[in-house]
Amino acid sequence: MLKGLHRLGQLTLAAFAKLGRAHLFLLQALAASWELVPRFPLLIRQMYVVGVLSILLIALSGLFVGMVLGLQGYNVLSDFGAEESLGVMVAASLVRELGPVVTALLFSGRAGSALTAEIGLMKATEQLSGMEMMAVDPVRYVIVPRLYAGILSMPLLAGLFTYIGIYGGYFVGVGLLGVDEGSFWSQMQATIDFREDILNSVIKSLVFGIIVTWIAVFEGYDAVPTAEGVSRATTRSVVYSAFAVLGSDFILTALMFGD
Amino acid sequence: MYMSNSRVIEIWVGLFVAMGLAALFLLAMQVSNLSEFRESDKGYRLLAKFQNVGTLKVRAPVKIAGVLVGRVADIRLDQEHYQAIVELRIDPSYRLPDDTIASIYTSGLLGEQYIALEPGGSPDYLKDGDEIEISQSALVLEELIGKFLVKSAEKSGSDEK
Repeated sequence: MLKGLHRLGQLTLAAFAKLGRAHLFLLQALAASWELVPRFPLLIRQMYVVGVLSILLIALSGLFVGMVLGLQGYNVLSDFGAEESLGVMVAASLVRELGPVVTALLFSGRAGSALTAEIGLMKATEQLSGMEMMAVDPVRYVIVPRLYAGILSMPLLAGLFTYIGIYGGYFVGVGLLGVDEGSFWSQMQATIDFREDILNSVIKSLVFGIIVTWIAVFEGYDAVPTAEGVSRATTRSVVYSAFAVLGSDFILTALMFGD
Repeated sequence: MYMSNSRVIEIWVGLFVAMGLAALFLLAMQVSNLSEFRESDKGYRLLAKFQNVGTLKVRAPVKIAGVLVGRVADIRLDQEHYQAIVELRIDPSYRLPDDTIASIYTSGLLGEQYIALEPGGSPDYLKDGDEIEISQSALVLEELIGKFLVKSAEKSGSDEK
């Protein structure tokens, strides 16, 4: 009984301590943001690793998600004789939800896990402490460029995903199933609002970018510096990112589209 | 031509950022209603009064013979006569005679409401700020059902006599 309570207390305190470390870590990184200006090439390098190398995955996934949406949407809508609304359905679901959320999940699997493993391994092989020994702040050189590369890449990737996805739905709906092209686009344009939908979608993907990159970088920085510790940190990075993205998506959706 | 590794990376990142921004820009221009905002300031204003506008919304289409000629710019209440004043923005390439009739119709059974204009034969045309004199209000389902019930009750009453 007492042992159980002891364990529960230990876990709770450990969880809060970690949460606190994560926030302090983020503050530390944000405080060192201006260090990025003279080290701009580091950011470019990381945007290549995090963003450019994710393009193919994001584009292909967006295409297939859009095509599936077109196919499934057509099957349901044609029962009601409302095939013309396919454009609205595809665009609204991609812009409001699937674009930011699926991109964030793919991004955490493709880029977030790599960031965690890389930083974790740097810690395990004592590269980070080596930098500290040379009076070089690892937060400035290693963390900040990666954090900003992730945050900047996410909205761009989500935009690509959404745009390609809508064309995937267009190919299936208009190209294969014969939905009228004019009403596909015009109903979409009449329903999708720039401020309400597109801007909120960008805000969502920006928030998810912050969350996913923050978790990935922190898990790597906070990893137990052993082979097993890095592997666990990588798993946690992906799992926590998924939970955090889906959970915050509900909150954001309630705030943005709630009324 | 020899290109250093970092130069290739920079080009790729530049391409990535350009593609991402282009996707967001195209989303805004092609997918959302921003494509219409550019045109919404153009065109001339017409006013129409209705007893009831039903569920007509701002930016609802204005059509002649099913062809889109403008949008609803504003809906407000006339405090004096308690009528709805609907402001229409009409594409300047369309000219309307001053005996045009404005009606509120529903597209499809459950669709959105829009304004249909039926031009008459007058030689004079409506100018910016003019009011459309003849209008036909939206059909409200409850009123229709109410009328129908009253009629069928009268009928069954007269049958019994």
